[in-house]
Amino acid sequence: MLAAMAAGVLALGLTWRPTISAIDRPQAGSFPAAQVNQGAILAKLGDCAVCHTATGGRALAGGRPLATPFGTLFASNITPDAETGIGNWSYEAFRRAMRDGVSRTGSHLYPALPYDHYTHVTEGDLQAIYAYLMTRRPVHAPKPDNKLIFPLGFRPLLAGWKFLYLRHGDVPYDSGQSARYNRGAYLAEGLGHCGGCHTPRNLMGAEVASKAYAGGIAEGWRAPPLNAENPAARKWTADSLYTFLRTGVSPDHSAAGGPMGPVVESLSSVPEEEVRALSVYFAAKMGKAAPAKAEAEPVDRPAEAVAAFPEGARIFAGACAGCHGPGAPMMSQGRPALGLSTDLTDSEPTSAIQAVLQGIEPPVEGRGPKMPAFAPSLTDGQVAAVLGYVRTRYTHKPAWNHLEHDVRQARKEGGQP
Amino acid sequence: MNAPVLDRRKVLSGGALVVAFAMTSRLLGDAVGGGEGGAGPKVVRPDLEGSLKTDPWLDAWIRIDAEGQATVCSGKAELGQGIRTALLQVVAEELDMPPAAITFITADTGRTPDEGLTAGSHSMQDSGTALANAGANVRMLLIGAAAKRLGIPVRELDTTGDGHIAARDGRRVSYGEAARALSLHVEAVADAPRRSPQSYRTMNRDFRRVDIPAKLTGGEAYVQDMRLPGMVHARVVRGPSYGTRLTAPDIAAARKMPGVLRIIQNGQFLAIVARKEWQAIQAMRVAQTSDYVKTGPDLPGEQGPRRLQSLASREIIVEQSDDGPKASTRTFKGSFSRPWYSHGSIGPSCAVAHLHGGELTIWSHSQGVFDMHRATAELVGLAPDKVRVIHTPSAGCYGHNGADDATAEAGLIAMQLPGVPVRLQWMREQEFGWEPCGCGMVTQIEASIGPDNKIAHWKYEVWSNSHNNRAVGAGGYAVAQEIVPGFPMQVPAPIPMPEGDGDRNANPLYVFNNMDIRYHFVPEMPMRVSALRSLGAHLNIFTMEAALDELAKAGGVDPLAFRLAHMQDERARAVMLRATDAFGWSKRLRGDGRRGCGMAFARYKNRGAYCAIALEIEIERETGAITIHRVNAAVDAGQPANPNGIRNQIEGGIIQSLSWAIHEDMTYDTSKRTGFDWGTYPILRFDQVPGSIDVDIVESAGLPFLGAGEAAQGPTSAALANAIADAAGVRLCDMPLTPAKVKAAIGNAG
Amino acid sequence: MTFELTVNDKTHIVDAEAETPLLYVLRGELGLNGPKYGCGLGQCGACTVQLGGKAVYSCLTPLITVGEREVRTVEGLGGVDSMNPLQQAFADEQAAQCGYCIAGMIMRAQALLDENPHPTEAEIRSHMQPNLCRCGTHMRILRAIRRVAAVPAGAAA
Ligand code: FES
Ligand code: FES
Repeated sequence: MLAAMAAGVLALGLTWRPTISAIDRPQAGSFPAAQVNQGAILAKLGDCAVCHTATGGRALAGGRPLATPFGTLFASNITPDAETGIGNWSYEAFRRAMRDGVSRTGSHLYPALPYDHYTHVTEGDLQAIYAYLMTRRPVHAPKPDNKLIFPLGFRPLLAGWKFLYLRHGDVPYDSGQSARYNRGAYLAEGLGHCGGCHTPRNLMGAEVASKAYAGGIAEGWRAPPLNAENPAARKWTADSLYTFLRTGVSPDHSAAGGPMGPVVESLSSVPEEEVRALSVYFAAKMGKAAPAKAEAEPVDRPAEAVAAFPEGARIFAGACAGCHGPGAPMMSQGRPALGLSTDLTDSEPTSAIQAVLQGIEPPVEGRGPKMPAFAPSLTDGQVAAVLGYVRTRYTHKPAWNHLEHDVRQARKEGGQP
Repeated sequence: MNAPVLDRRKVLSGGALVVAFAMTSRLLGDAVGGGEGGAGPKVVRPDLEGSLKTDPWLDAWIRIDAEGQATVCSGKAELGQGIRTALLQVVAEELDMPPAAITFITADTGRTPDEGLTAGSHSMQDSGTALANAGANVRMLLIGAAAKRLGIPVRELDTTGDGHIAARDGRRVSYGEAARALSLHVEAVADAPRRSPQSYRTMNRDFRRVDIPAKLTGGEAYVQDMRLPGMVHARVVRGPSYGTRLTAPDIAAARKMPGVLRIIQNGQFLAIVARKEWQAIQAMRVAQTSDYVKTGPDLPGEQGPRRLQSLASREIIVEQSDDGPKASTRTFKGSFSRPWYSHGSIGPSCAVAHLHGGELTIWSHSQGVFDMHRATAELVGLAPDKVRVIHTPSAGCYGHNGADDATAEAGLIAMQLPGVPVRLQWMREQEFGWEPCGCGMVTQIEASIGPDNKIAHWKYEVWSNSHNNRAVGAGGYAVAQEIVPGFPMQVPAPIPMPEGDGDRNANPLYVFNNMDIRYHFVPEMPMRVSALRSLGAHLNIFTMEAALDELAKAGGVDPLAFRLAHMQDERARAVMLRATDAFGWSKRLRGDGRRGCGMAFARYKNRGAYCAIALEIEIERETGAITIHRVNAAVDAGQPANPNGIRNQIEGGIIQSLSWAIHEDMTYDTSKRTGFDWGTYPILRFDQVPGSIDVDIVESAGLPFLGAGEAAQGPTSAALANAIADAAGVRLCDMPLTPAKVKAAIGNAG
Repeated sequence: MTFELTVNDKTHIVDAEAETPLLYVLRGELGLNGPKYGCGLGQCGACTVQLGGKAVYSCLTPLITVGEREVRTVEGLGGVDSMNPLQQAFADEQAAQCGYCIAGMIMRAQALLDENPHPTEAEIRSHMQPNLCRCGTHMRILRAIRRVAAVPAGAAA
C-alpha cells in the first residue's frame, strides 16, 4: 500500500499546493438570505453537521472523533471563527477543499472529508453552502490532533491517493431517466456521498468503483447493498424508501440503526422533493433485478428454528418476543416483522449483531423505534444463539457461519462492554 | 395490611348531624375533598377548618391508648409526594409528641375519614388543617384531663413534647394516663389553641420522609409488592388503545398456555388469570394476537388540539369587568395550545383484590378510594359496605391515570374467584393506550396596554374538555362499556370556579382592566381524558405569562417590573422578588440569539401556593435544541410542614413541566393512540435536565398550609417559552416546543 | 426446569421456565421487591439489577442466560439499618419522590461507581441516561451519586 502511494507521489511529481490568502470574515449580510437558506438545506443533505459536531458540542464546531482503520481523525471546526474555524477562508479556498481536498494553507485533507463525492457538487451549490457556513456564529474551538498510524500523518502521501482515486466532473445526466431520478443521482453521488458507506472500500480506503453500492461498512455496521443485490425481503419502492429516509422506519422493511440514524435525522427536515428524488434513484438502482416481491409474506418458521437453536429460542422468548413476537404491542402498532428485516436477510450478520449489542435509538426528535442494548446482558455465545435462531426463523437464508466469532469481533470494535 | 375494620360508617350513620347538615352548600363541599369533583364528603360543620368540616369527630382522626401511643388517621394518600411524612409532622406537632409514637393510617375506606380525593394540592389544606386542629383539640383535652387529675388550673400546665403534660411544680402526667380519663368521641371545637410556630419541635423541619428507607432497600413499599397467600396473577387482554376492540382474540390458545388458571370473559372484557405473573403475560400475548377494530370516538385528526374549537361547547363566563374605556397603545394577540399528555407513570397501574366471605377488599393506588368503593360496588354488584378499598402506594400517578380502571378490573376478576387474592397489573402499552390522558387545550388571547403601560383590555378564551372524569359511579370506568350489561358512560362536567378545571388559573391574580374571560367547555372527548397535575392551569398560565412578556416588551418595560406593576398581592410580589433576586435577574445576560432568560409566576388556582420561576437557557441555532443551564424557583406554600419536602415537590414539578413543554405529545392515527412505549412517548432524560435547580422557600409562619405539588407546572413551561423568546426573538405558542419547532421559528440566520 | 442462581451472595434453586425474565424470577420466586416492572421493554430501567457487575434490564434477561454470573439487587447492597454508601447518599439527599424508579437508579449508579469510583458529572449523566424518572427526582439522584463519587456540584465536564 505504501509502495502504491509512493508511486503515486512520484508519478505525480508534485504534491505541493499553494496557500490561498486569508481574508477578513465576510459580513453575514453580504449573502442573500435565499442563498443561505439553500445552503442550509444542502448542508443537511451533505450531513456536514453529523461529522463536524462533537457529542455535547456546538454545531459545526468540529472535534468529533472518527475511527478509521488508519487511526483516529478529528473533524475540523467549520464555523467561521478566524482562528480555529474557516472564518478567513475565501470561497476559492472553500471550493478547493470541497473539490480537491486541500485546505486553505495548502495541506492535503484526509478523504474522511468525502471530497471524492463533493467534487461533483455544482458551483452554485458550493457557493450556497459557503454562504450558509460563513453566516453561522463563529465558535472558538481548536481541533484536537489526529492520531494516525505512522507514516500516514505525512500528508503529502495523500496526493498519491488522490491521483489514484479522485475523479472530478459532473454527475452524468441520464436522459433516459426522469428529472427526479437525475436529481437523486446528483444528490446521492455528490453531497449525499451515499457510496461512502454503501460501497465497499479497498485497502487504501477508497471506494471500489466497480462495486458501487454493493454494500459497505460504517462504524462497525454494515451499510446494505443498494443495488440489485439488496437483500430486502420486500422490494423497496420509491414510497417505502421515502418513508424510511424521512422517519427512520419503513413498515415493510426495518428501522434505521447505527450511523444511518443521523442521516435520517438530516433528511427528516429537508424539502420533501429532495428525499423523493433520492428515493426514486435508489429504488431504480435496487429494482433492476429485484428478486423480492412487493408484498412478500414475512417468513416465520418457529419449528425449524427451535429445532436448530433451542437455546436461542428461549432467549428470544424472554428477551425479544415482548417487542418482536406475535401479540406484542410493537406488532399491533404496525412495526415491521423481523421477517422483513434487511439485517436478517443480509449475507453478513454485522448489522444484526450491532443492533443487538448496541440497540437502536429513535433518530428523529428522539421519537420512534427504540431498542435497548443487549451488550451488557448477553454473552457472545448468547447473542450468536439468538441471532442464529432469528435468522432461521425469519428467513430462508442459510445460517451465518462463525457467528460467535463475529459477535466477539463486533463487540471489540464497537468498544462494547 | 389486614387490620380489622373499625367501622366508622356505623359510628356516623343515622347521626343527627349528618341529616341536619346534609343540605350544606355544595360549594363548601368542593373546598374540601380534593376540590376536583368526585362525589366527595358532605360538609357538616362549616365553622371548622379543613376536613373537620366533613368529619368533626376527634376519634375519627386521633385515638390515644392507655400507653400513650397514638393512632392517627387521614383520608389522604401517599402518592410519592411525601404527604404521609408532612401530615405526620403536623399532627405530631399539634399533639406535641414524638412522631415515632404515632401509628399513622391513610386512606382506607374501612378505617379513615372520607376526605374525597387526594388531588388538587389539597392534602395539606384539607387533611393537614384537619389534623392540626384535631391535634390541637386533643392536646387541649389531654391538658384538661391532666389539670383535673392534678387539681390545678389548665394554665399551669403545658405539654413537654415527649408525651407528657407537666405542671410548673414539676409533676407530670403521661398522655396515656390523661387519655384514660377521656373520650375522644366528641366533636372538634373551632378554637383549640394551636402551638406557636416559634416553639415548633417537629414542624418546619427537614424531617426525613418515613417512606423512603424501604424504597431504597427493596422493602415492601408498593401495591406491586403485595404477596398474599394463594395470590394469582391477572392480565387484561385488549386492543392497542382506548376506542379499539380485538376482533378475534385467541382464547383457545391462551387457555392452553402453561400456568393459566382461568379466562374471564364478560362481553368484550377479557382477562387471563395464571399462577405466575410471567405466565399471565405470555398467555395475554397469545390471546392478544388478533386484529382490532375502532369502536371509540373519532380521534382529533390533523388539527390536533385545535379540533376542540370546532366541537360544540358550552360557554362559561369566568370573569368580566368593566373599567370604562381605556386607550390602548399596543396589542398582543395569540393563540396557544398544548397536546394530549400521558401521565406516564413509571409503574403501570396495579391492584390486588380479594373476595372473602362476600366482602371484596381491594388494595389500590387510586387517588380516590372513597369514590371508588362506591363505584366499584356498583360495578361488581355488591352493597357499598361490602367493598373496602385500601390505598396502597405505587409509582407516582400525577392525576387520574389507569389506577382506578385497574382497581375496578381487579375487582371484577376477583368476583369470579372467591377466596383467591388476585393481583392485576396493566402492561406498559395498556397504560399508554387506555389511561385517560391529560387534556389537549387551546387558548386565545387579545390584550393591550395603554400609554401608562398598564393592561387596558384583557380578552381571553380557553377551549377544553373536562379535566374531571373520575369515576363517581360504575359508568366512569373504561371496563363499564365492555361488560354486559354495561353502564352508560359518565357524563363529563366541568369543575366550577374557584377551583376550575379547563379554566383553572384563567382568571388572573394580577390586576387588569376590562377583563373578558371565557371557558368553552367541550363535552365531546376526541381522546379519553381526565385530571393531570395542574389541570388547565398549565396552559392558562403559559398563555397569560407569555402575553405579559410580549406586552412588557411592547411597552419597553422589564418583564419583572411589568408584572410587579400589575400585582398587589404582597406574597406574590415577595415570591417574584425572591426568585429573581436569587437568579440575579437584574444582571442577567440579555438574549443574544442563542442564550436568554425567562421568568413566570402564578399562584396555583389563585388560592394555593405561590410560585415564581426564573431560568436561563441556550439554544443551538442549527438544530433548535434547548439546554437549560439553571433554574431558580421561589415558593410560598404557607406554613411549611416539611421544607425539604416542598423543595422536592417543586424540583419535580419543574422537571416534569420541562418534559411536557419540550418533549411530550400523545400521538395518534385515525383509529388509535400510537404512543405506546417510551420510544413513541419520549419524556425528558438525564441528558436534558437543567444544570442546576435552586428552590427558595418563602416561609409564611403560622399561615394556612398551601399544597405545593402543582405550583411549579404552569410557571416553568411559561418561563421556558419566555426564555426562548428572549434568546431567539421568537414566540412559540404550540407545545411541545420541540427542536424542530424552535429551528423552524428561528430559521437559518446565524 | 430448575436453575441454580446466585443472588446477593446466596445460592438459590429456582423452578421456572427457562425463558422467564429474571425480573419475574427475582420478584415472584425469590420474593424480592427491588427490581420493578416499568415497561418490560428495556426502555425505562426500573428493573435494573447488576449481572456479573454490569447494570442490565432484568425484564429482558431470560433466566437461561444468567449462568454463573452473580445477580445483585438493591436488597444486596444494604437494608434499612445497613445501607451502603450509595443508598445512604440517596437517603441523605432524600432522593426519591414516589421512589418507583429509585432501586433501578441505585443499581445503575452502583455499576458505574464499581467500575469508575470518581466519574465526572458528564459521565454520570450519560451513564444514567437509560433510566427514567417521571417524578423529576433527577437533580437529587445526581446529587446522591456525586456525593459518593466525590464530584463537586456543577463540575460538569
Ligand atoms: S422494566 Fe425493564 S427497562 Fe423498563
Ligand atoms: S421518584 Fe417517582 S419515578 Fe422516580
